[in-house]
Amino acid sequence: MKLRRGDFALDVAFEAPTPGVIALFGRSGCGKTTLVHAIAGLLAPGEGRIALDDRVFFAAGETNVPAERRRIGCVFQDARLFPHFSVLGNLRYGARRAPREAHRIGLDDVVDLLGLRALLSRRPHQLSGGERHRVAIGRALLSQPRLLMLDEPLAAQDLARRAELLPYLERLCRGLRVPIVYVSHQFDEVVRLATHVVVLESGAVATQGSVAAMSRSPELRGIVGSDGVGAVLDGEVQSRDAASGLARIRIGAGSVGVAVEAASPGQRVRLHLLARDVLLALERPAAALAADVLEGTVASITRDSSQSLLVEVDVGGAGVLSRVAIGSTAAAGVVPGRRVFLLVNAAWSRAYALGDASRADESVACAEPR
Amino acid sequence: MEALRLSLSVALRSVGWSLPLAIGVAWLLARGRFPGRTLFDAAVHLPLVLPPVVVGYLLLVLFGARGPIGGWLERSFGVELVFTRAGAALATAVMSFPLMVRAIRISLEHVDRGLEDAARTLGAGPLDRFLTITLPLMLPGILAGAVTAFAAGLGEFGAVITFVSNIPGETRTLPLALYTALQMPNGEAIAARLALISFSLGVLGLLAAEGVARVARRRLGS
Repeated sequence: MKLRRGDFALDVAFEAPTPGVIALFGRSGCGKTTLVHAIAGLLAPGEGRIALDDRVFFAAGETNVPAERRRIGCVFQDARLFPHFSVLGNLRYGARRAPREAHRIGLDDVVDLLGLRALLSRRPHQLSGGERHRVAIGRALLSQPRLLMLDEPLAAQDLARRAELLPYLERLCRGLRVPIVYVSHQFDEVVRLATHVVVLESGAVATQGSVAAMSRSPELRGIVGSDGVGAVLDGEVQSRDAASGLARIRIGAGSVGVAVEAASPGQRVRLHLLARDVLLALERPAAALAADVLEGTVASITRDSSQSLLVEVDVGGAGVLSRVAIGSTAAAGVVPGRRVFLLVNAAWSRAYALGDASRADESVACAEPR
Repeated sequence: MEALRLSLSVALRSVGWSLPLAIGVAWLLARGRFPGRTLFDAAVHLPLVLPPVVVGYLLLVLFGARGPIGGWLERSFGVELVFTRAGAALATAVMSFPLMVRAIRISLEHVDRGLEDAARTLGAGPLDRFLTITLPLMLPGILAGAVTAFAAGLGEFGAVITFVSNIPGETRTLPLALYTALQMPNGEAIAARLALISFSLGVLGLLAAEGVARVARRRLGS
């Protein structure tokens, strides 16, 4: 799809599996919002094609389904609640206009999922920023969308509000069978929520793929900064200390201790293991250090900055990233295929619980998708 | 008293007839993109800068019994405008039209297009969007425009007297009655009373417009 707006040109092509959570990731001004508007039908591209599954929304010169008939739910950065309606009025606005046969997300379910019960009779100007976004999400959901798009729903929020809203978004992403496009410039949100990542840079797709693959891509490093670089790994909780919140998580052939909110043994988690938390050693360390030791073989070495290398180590199938200072003894001896040891002190890294069937109570009740 | 009742009826009719048209014109001016928009804008505002007598004269030429529009109206519908109450309402409407369009247009320009876009993504078509989002958000401006036009309409003199003359009980509105009283010997007392009524109506109108705006602001929380 190609689109021109003044000096800005957007030229992107991507395909992502549905249902799932597709993250559009990139710096401010890279064209994320423009892309969202084009998908929603609020902007017409000059060339290209926009389709969801078998349904073509836009094909240059042939089709241009108007926004009001695409049934793509949008949650805008600024929420855009209707000031002359109550919260309930806002929620019902989209629901009333959805075709009867498409109804599968109910008002009560959405109200409970997003914790809106106490707000229903309020007016938008009486809500906090986080509440406004929850209402906007509910309103979009109730329009029974074929696709839900969230345009940086957390960008305008302070840290406390982000913490308040993220669990709602997490439940939403896991519980619904509606495909979701999630726009963000915060990689931690993407790690928590997304299944597929499209990295945008100045109006073009820099790279795309699974969250795990993207976490290792050089294009991403430029955006998240060197402190944010780290491998995203799937793991399983072996045990968790409720007092400290520290969990032992199995990844590949080893295990590491990482803080994780509310997870029980056996639960699958997504671990974002930052490269700065992982130290590389050529010999097995003397032991009894305040760190976990993993053993693996060097898979690849890339230049990270003028001072450091980024080394990917295969630990029984899990690719762990480690940052190594150029000039250190480790850097001198590291070559692909070499057996090395990793010291993990996961002070900055985080793990996020992934939903599974046993947590069905948290998912929104919905009928089988057609 | 009769002049007061007549004035109110004329002003009310004038507002009633011109309001939908004013909304349409305000829409074209605020949102429309067409050649000659500037010219159209100027034409709408013309009554504001022309001497009212000139407007009355133009109405006579166009809507008079032998005028192109007036003649057609009389032949087709038996509607007579000259020397009638309906004519007074027409003259008043034309004179206060720019005021009304201005107020409505400003309120329309303040409506956030983003809200209309949001309504689109929720499945609302153009008319639906206009009725459920744009119009309610414009309402404060529309009401303020209507009240202002109504108050101004009560006092319209030049265009009315030129177009429909000064006929007691038919076209002699408040200002015309006041003028007539001043022409009569010993009419000062009547004139003073009429002036007081006009003054009160004007103040009431302004207060009403302010009140409407305040209620609307509170409802929208801005």
